[in-house]
Amino acid sequence: MNQTRRRVHPPNDSPAYGSSLLRAPKRPLHVLPGRLAELTAPLLAGETIGALDHDLTRQHDGEPQGERISISGRVLDEEGNPVAGALVEVWQANAAGRYAHRSDQHPAPLDPNFSGAGRCLTDAEGGYRFITIKPGAYPWRNHPNAWRPAHVHFSVFSPMFTQRLVTQMYFPGDPLFDQDPIFNAVPDTDARRRLVARWSLELTQPEWSLGYAWDIVVAGREATPLDDDASE
Amino acid sequence: MTLPLTPSQTVGPFFRIGLSTTIGAHVVGEGAPGAVRISGQVFDGIGEPVPDALIETWQAEGAGRCATDDEGHFAILTCKPARNGVDGSMTNAPHLDVSVFARGLLTRLVTRMYFPDEAAANDADPVLQALSPAERSTLVALSEDGGLRFDIHLQGAGETVFFDR
Repeated sequence: MNQTRRRVHPPNDSPAYGSSLLRAPKRPLHVLPGRLAELTAPLLAGETIGALDHDLTRQHDGEPQGERISISGRVLDEEGNPVAGALVEVWQANAAGRYAHRSDQHPAPLDPNFSGAGRCLTDAEGGYRFITIKPGAYPWRNHPNAWRPAHVHFSVFSPMFTQRLVTQMYFPGDPLFDQDPIFNAVPDTDARRRLVARWSLELTQPEWSLGYAWDIVVAGREATPLDDDASE
Repeated sequence: MTLPLTPSQTVGPFFRIGLSTTIGAHVVGEGAPGAVRISGQVFDGIGEPVPDALIETWQAEGAGRCATDDEGHFAILTCKPARNGVDGSMTNAPHLDVSVFARGLLTRLVTRMYFPDEAAANDADPVLQALSPAERSTLVALSEDGGLRFDIHLQGAGETVFFDR
């Protein structure tokens, strides 16, 4: 069990991902005695989240270019309990593969009707839902002719420190997976598969939008630090 | 029931689009009793500042978040934790739990910031006790200009002690 958990997260020492070379720590991680779990104060009041913050297609005067989609699912812990009241934040490139960020130099058009950021709080069942457009793939300079598969960045922020997760959601059938060192830094095949959303006919709205389903699983309340298996 | 975890992926270079304002750099307000400003710089393995890191602090009073600027600087206004977290039977010195995210980091780094005016408690802290003096010094902030300075070295000389997440 612990060995399985250890393989889930990608090691920071992943040389195929060039940006890691000067940033990944070289020393082994230290073992924390006892539990790492520490609770924070209640996170956020619901009123800090705007009613349309989850809808990335309605943040401007016009609609963004691209294929309209919904992404929905539940945030669960390892024991299968819903994680309610978690802050889920997303950000992504536009349909042409360009981020609305000053540092993105990809010569693809910006979309004046797309900022590419959204957020919501999970409901009592751990549910979340975003409406957006499918992001485009884009080139980067990791290796010659490198392209990132289309993805949406996700951040999950619950009151529990051990549950903190930042990750990326991918789309099924993307031909760019095999050459992407970020996706492939996750060592386990099944774990990589869990980063890929499922297209759902049920979530697809006729004449309107394609629906994708993606559940997120974070550490459980009873989870012990991963360091425990270092001593086994 | 045991569900398999969702793997981590890097926060990437453009996280400011999505992680800018919801959680901020003020855990407590300016002028709040006991308010202390934690500031520092994040450095990479050749000592260059990291301009695209995200620092988060966690404690019972709340969470703080700050992205580094072009020179790798961050600053969070918070207070010394009034109580320690859930640590079983451990008696820990007051500290902040700290997460570090950045382009180039596929999984968050976890460290702790201890307070320099808690020498006795720090000496008795089981986590600090398990470290060499050099390692220990990477986790204890320095008093500076009425606040605290906590630099984070991701790699290389003076590499910060990081914990398994």
